[in-house]
Amino acid sequence: MYNFTFHRPTTVRQAAGLLARNPEGKLLAGGHSLLPVMKQRLAQPSALVDLSQVEGMTGVELKGRSVVIGAMTRHADVAKSDVLKEVLPGLASVPGSIGDPQVRNRGTIGGSIANNDPNADYPAACLGLGATIITNKRRIAADDFFTGMFSTALEDGEIIVKVSFPIAKKAAYEKFKHPASGFALVGVFVSKRGPDIRVAVTGAGSNGVFRVKSFEEALAKRFSPKSIEGMTIPANGMNSDIHATPEYRAHLVGVLAKRALAKATA
Amino acid sequence: MTANGIGVPVRRKEDFRFITGQGQYTDDVVRPGETRAVFVRSPHAHAKIRKIDVAAAKAMPGVVDVLTGAQLAGDKVGNLICGWMIHSKDGTPMKMAPHPALAATTVNHVGDAVAVVIAETTAQGKDAAEKVVVDYEVLPAVVDPSKAQAKGTPQIHPDVPDNTIYQWHLGDQKAVEAAFKAAKHITKLDIVNNRLVPNAMEPRAALADYDAGNDSLTLWNTSQNPHVARLVISAFVGIAPEHKLRVIAPDVGGGFGSKIFIYPEEVVCLWASRKVKRPVKWTSERSEAFLTDAHGRDHVTHAELALDSNGKILALRARTIANLGAYMSTFSSSVPTYLYATLLSGQYDIPQIYCEVDAVYTNTVPVDAYRGAGRPEATFVVERLVEVAARQLGLDPTDLRKRNFIKNFPHQTPVIMSYDAGDYNASLKKAMELADVKSFGKRKRESARHGKIRGIGYSTYIEACGIAPSQAVGSLGAGVGLWESAEVRVNPTGSVEVLTGTHAHGQGHETTFAQLVSERLGIPFDSVSIVHGDTDKVQFGMGTYGSRSGAVGMSAIVKALDKIEAKAKKVAGFMMEASENDIEFKDGKFTVKGTDKSVGFGDVALNAYIAHKFTGAELEPGLKETSFYDPTNFTFPAGCHICEVEIDQETGKTDIVNWVAVDDFGTVINPMIVEGQVHGGIAQGVGQALLEGAVYDANGQLVTGSMMDYTMPRAHDLPSFHVGLTETKSPSNPLGIKGCGEAGAIAAPAAVINAITDALGTEDIAMPATANAVWAAMQRTSPKAA
Repeated sequence: MYNFTFHRPTTVRQAAGLLARNPEGKLLAGGHSLLPVMKQRLAQPSALVDLSQVEGMTGVELKGRSVVIGAMTRHADVAKSDVLKEVLPGLASVPGSIGDPQVRNRGTIGGSIANNDPNADYPAACLGLGATIITNKRRIAADDFFTGMFSTALEDGEIIVKVSFPIAKKAAYEKFKHPASGFALVGVFVSKRGPDIRVAVTGAGSNGVFRVKSFEEALAKRFSPKSIEGMTIPANGMNSDIHATPEYRAHLVGVLAKRALAKATA
Repeated sequence: MTANGIGVPVRRKEDFRFITGQGQYTDDVVRPGETRAVFVRSPHAHAKIRKIDVAAAKAMPGVVDVLTGAQLAGDKVGNLICGWMIHSKDGTPMKMAPHPALAATTVNHVGDAVAVVIAETTAQGKDAAEKVVVDYEVLPAVVDPSKAQAKGTPQIHPDVPDNTIYQWHLGDQKAVEAAFKAAKHITKLDIVNNRLVPNAMEPRAALADYDAGNDSLTLWNTSQNPHVARLVISAFVGIAPEHKLRVIAPDVGGGFGSKIFIYPEEVVCLWASRKVKRPVKWTSERSEAFLTDAHGRDHVTHAELALDSNGKILALRARTIANLGAYMSTFSSSVPTYLYATLLSGQYDIPQIYCEVDAVYTNTVPVDAYRGAGRPEATFVVERLVEVAARQLGLDPTDLRKRNFIKNFPHQTPVIMSYDAGDYNASLKKAMELADVKSFGKRKRESARHGKIRGIGYSTYIEACGIAPSQAVGSLGAGVGLWESAEVRVNPTGSVEVLTGTHAHGQGHETTFAQLVSERLGIPFDSVSIVHGDTDKVQFGMGTYGSRSGAVGMSAIVKALDKIEAKAKKVAGFMMEASENDIEFKDGKFTVKGTDKSVGFGDVALNAYIAHKFTGAELEPGLKETSFYDPTNFTFPAGCHICEVEIDQETGKTDIVNWVAVDDFGTVINPMIVEGQVHGGIAQGVGQALLEGAVYDANGQLVTGSMMDYTMPRAHDLPSFHVGLTETKSPSNPLGIKGCGEAGAIAAPAAVINAITDALGTEDIAMPATANAVWAAMQRTSPKAA
């Protein structure tokens, strides 16, 4: 690890100011993606702006027809939120599948979304529920937020403060774990909220999280696994590595979508 | 039997310090003035070193010195060696290329060290290591062992044409050919035994401390065999003569073979400590371990089995290419030869066997012994062939096995080994009962109702352990004898220290060896301490690997205990004014035959040391005996593992839903520890079969260079194991022990793959059988199944 300065602001405004004064700086949330690459000397931020002491960035709250989760809420805390388990169990199941207990006790929803790892789970949940990402500057729809592998609509100095998830009547996540890392080799989040039907896929696409429009159209008639029976997506554009071929990933998208639908409609 | 004697599942003594964080590992040892070594490693698989510029690195803060391969060569530090000579079939000796501890002219794998920074702290060392400028001329890399010998492939070492180290064979080729001609059925298989990364929990470490006053060196090292390390470092590398070099292997956190070998890092730390006149410590990081710990397996094999019309095996032949990596590691040559081909008879009466092995260099990490070492590879060949042959002949796989089991002992195989005891039917029968094989069909139908394909696979394995009779291994090329030593020191108060030449790095010797002593001397288990891992304390020893510590190491203790008993009887005789011939020893008491006169072991110990009851002319004072034990034969643990899998028809994911292991380890000292060894072995075998595999890209970069890509088995990958035992005692050692450390890793891969192929109805699946691989196999056989 190279040397860096360490800052611990207590307000979002202070954090934004520190980020502006340290153009080579990075925000530190749970640190479970950033610190390993720093230890390997693959990242060299000049400063870390630690968000852990910033007030008002944690917690899971029911607000009208949405659930709002503070960006610094740890995966373990989201997983055990009674409110969430009651109103949106499909989302509550997502953080429990992330990493291992150490990761879940440190990692945060904001960190995961801002990093937009193409194999991360939360991006699928955000896109699959049509979440709104609330920053210190604006509100960004999930459909506009994830712009590609490790890339988001966040601008310089922009800090995710919370994420608002509309409560969908039917929602579920199915994940096929990468055998070594525990990330999603493929993960599919499905939801139905009135006419809004969403099928979001993580892990599979070479451009990060994406929606499967063909599945969504088929499901518009009937939100059931049967509606997409026999449907596939093209292997073109799928990730390829030593763990899975594009064909296998494309195949898993169909399998997991059906399983998620079965779970959501059970 | 005493309360904590032989056969009792005593809790492990050593676990208190391990699980309370009080173990003392090499990295825990701190010497005054200690410096840290950080290695500069090649990012290329194959390159010429044009120039190394260390000036900028030397000027960095905290840097004590920066040393290069050229300086190492200039100081005449010798190369690392492979200590087992193999001759090719044409009689020529194996071609061992030089392996300097720091490369001076050419690098041959990613991670090959070219320089070392000695700094006050690791962080300073890393900063400086980045400033070492190495000018490389990148050369094309050889990665695939099956192409290493091909015309036009770059040659890695100047004196090793075709990258071929040896072309070895074993068996009667003509007789095998004749048997194949006469055969009614021939089963053929192409097998890749996947390359594995050992990943012991404790990474390797070395701490060298030069004592200028005595011109001597002490090395703390993560070693499974500190005496062998000292011998090689003295006699071949030439760092210091044996009497000026002390090697201490303190608590060691797992080895699995990878810590048998003598590595560049400990050599460099010793050399550097003498140069900078300060202690030098290196502790591997996990990423470094992936690139420098000797890997395991990596065989490419074509094998064939010839059978008659009754399913009787007539002959077996195999042709294997063994990838030994960039350099020949310490015992690498023996693994794909005498530890492999000699086990190709399995549990079967096979009249003729012929095996050819070509060992090749590639630009990859050196490959050497890893849990099982050659025997897992042999078992995989034999057990896959037998299973596939049964399927092709329409026979039940257990039936074909039974028809061919060896039933009479001793049995001389056509490949050197003489099996001395076993009952292969007994372990198969017991395993089939425990696995409830009769109801398998019912379970298979039940699985099918849930979209799962169920399969069952067998592995009736054998291994040669208790390594090894010195004369026998000497005749096969070993550079060392493989006996073991023990010293039993009885203290005046009756407590006992046992110094053993074996080394424990997870096996629980402090417990099992104490159980033996407690049983033999009738003294409390807690009055016995086991001392190992220090060349200044222990007489000499060959270390721990090849499931040898019980069969060989404990036999040496038994011999020393025999001497202790004999001498103690003399002391007791003087104490009770009786002839030593009239003294009986039982349950810790010496009794004069036919009388009620007796003295306890503690009294005898005290009298041996105070020597008030006898004169030095009659008997030497003291009670301490040493013994060296050389086994008369290998031991032959064997057994039957049955694996049941369920495969998700849609995703191809394999779940192991049941595992039965029935092993014959001869005498069992501590059944709990033995069961733990079986569990660990199966976990590693399942890892090889389903999850693990080192992958290099075409440029020789290790793609699976971290835990993010290299899949180690986790608890959730494994079922709860059902472990049983059968027992035929080994006639080759006094306790009848056969050894248990490697059995699981040897048996498991074939059991898993036999189960998966049973489920799928195709033999076309390689290890690791990942979900993707199984799904792809299902697509090939019936594209609509999924």
